[in-house]
Amino acid sequence: MASPLLTAEEQRVFDDRLAEILSHYPSDRKSAAMLPALHLLQSMKGWLPPDGMEMVAHKLEVSPERAYEVATFYVMFHIRKPGKYVVDVCTNLSCSLWGAEDLLAYLEQKLGVTAGESNGTWTLREAECLASCGTAPCLQVNEVHHENLRSRAAVDAVFARLKPAS
Amino acid sequence: MPLAAEKIITRNWGRPDSWTLDAYKGTGGYATLEKVLGMQPAQIIDEVKKSNLRGRGGAGFPTGMKWSFVPKDSPKPKYLAVNADESEPGTFKDRYILENDPHMLLEGIAIASFGLGVHTAYVYVRGEFRFQAERLQKAIDEAYRAGIFGKKLLGRDFALDCYVVRGAGAYICGEETGMLESLEGKKGWPRLKPPFPAVVGLFGCPTVVNNVETLAAVPAILQKGADWFAKLGPDKSGGTRMVCLSGSVNRPGVFKVMLSTTVRELIESPDFGQGMPPGRKVKAVIPGGSSAPVMTADELDVALEFEALKQIQNMAGSGGVIVMDDATCLVRSLWRVSRFYAEESCGQCTPCREGTPWMTRVLRKLEEGRGEEGDIETLLNVAQSIAPYPPMGLGQTICALGDAAALPVHSFVVKFRQEFEDHIRLGKCPFGDKPWGHYGAMTA
Repeated sequence: MASPLLTAEEQRVFDDRLAEILSHYPSDRKSAAMLPALHLLQSMKGWLPPDGMEMVAHKLEVSPERAYEVATFYVMFHIRKPGKYVVDVCTNLSCSLWGAEDLLAYLEQKLGVTAGESNGTWTLREAECLASCGTAPCLQVNEVHHENLRSRAAVDAVFARLKPAS
Repeated sequence: MPLAAEKIITRNWGRPDSWTLDAYKGTGGYATLEKVLGMQPAQIIDEVKKSNLRGRGGAGFPTGMKWSFVPKDSPKPKYLAVNADESEPGTFKDRYILENDPHMLLEGIAIASFGLGVHTAYVYVRGEFRFQAERLQKAIDEAYRAGIFGKKLLGRDFALDCYVVRGAGAYICGEETGMLESLEGKKGWPRLKPPFPAVVGLFGCPTVVNNVETLAAVPAILQKGADWFAKLGPDKSGGTRMVCLSGSVNRPGVFKVMLSTTVRELIESPDFGQGMPPGRKVKAVIPGGSSAPVMTADELDVALEFEALKQIQNMAGSGGVIVMDDATCLVRSLWRVSRFYAEESCGQCTPCREGTPWMTRVLRKLEEGRGEEGDIETLLNVAQSIAPYPPMGLGQTICALGDAAALPVHSFVVKFRQEFEDHIRLGKCPFGDKPWGHYGAMTA
């Protein structure tokens, strides 16, 4: 039997938090909570499984397609299970002028995964501008920002601090 | 003469715990809010009008005028939507406002809301700013506990709620109507204008959309007066400006400048960029975020100000100044910029959806040494079909992303055509495996 999306306890937490979020919007505008609700689910599951998108759509009283449409529009939502660590490397102009192409190539080699691909541990992606151009180049690991990565030593230090993959 | 401007928005940065309510109050924070609650709301809007404050998000629209477009007699609720979706390549100022002084923004939100008759404000923070969103949320929580937000604004009979909404990675949601769609829980497809958000905005209600830096300037304007703020700038734009300097300069960063400061001064001044890397010269500068046309080294004596840049068919935009030195390949640079717009095009309008990847493919072909005669004309034709240039702002698409994608292509190709032709003639990139200029390679 497939395991349920959330345990009963997790569902209660989800429902409580969603009720709080819904209080921020007019009562006839439940679907406005789509982004916060998907963020919430992703923070609990690590990604947005199809039955999760359906659950969110049901709670917000819209069709599952609406949840799917939103989830696929925004790059931070994962509709496929990513690696344990999602590494987003900015290669936009200001970062490239400070070595971002080399940074990405170094990470491909160091993590053993090609940009745009995943293995169980790593999802490595090229990102668009992360608004950190004065401290270029930069990247984010699971939404935590790291900047001034101008040398291999600086990159190594960031990855040495990550907890080892389980 | 030092060029650094009077500190307004950055005045508390660097103080211990500058992001806390205690620290903000310790430097007079929220005293202006207390003061304006004794004024007529219309007076607040008038002061902001007189201050010549112009929007700091990119378009430079006069803020007070925008506020005055909100219908006074609408039976619908009014909203304030704060644009903290800072995503324009080369722009990184709002990040530091949220980090260092979220209460200055919140005081601006409270003053604006009182002036506009708004009881609900949403701050739309780009998803990648998780840390900044969390810090802002903590500041909002402090403000609720201190009786600033909630049922009674500082004890007055005026309810004001303020909520953080996180985006999830989409440049288009920085476009004001794309942001409203996203706030309504949808994909960020921009809306046709008119109607403008001030009349039909969030949930179909009158909505003011303002950038973070714009609102953060409001408390100082109401504290020190519109005349003081207006006099800091030239005729039609008041105040000072935060500019974001990045790329090939010795000291990238955010700097508070007078609006009379030129691009050259920004790059060379010891107060700001501290000059070009050793032995290098400026080749090209983008003055207002990657959507602005590129400038040549001969155009640097222009002030970083809306009207001055407009006169040379350019734009001050979001204040993102990106410098490329003479060892940088501009074909590769433009290819990267075009790839951004192709990635971020929302897909709604055909010229942008089809044109942005087309330009990207042609640029890749040129950079990879496969360029042929006619490719440059193709680039210009496609760009022209999305948005003609000059003049700016008359594009074929619902929102300005199409124009933003076309402007760099027009300007790079027209101003640096020889470099594009060299790529075709040589059948390779003249910069070989070092296309990114002085600082463009990683070190050990």
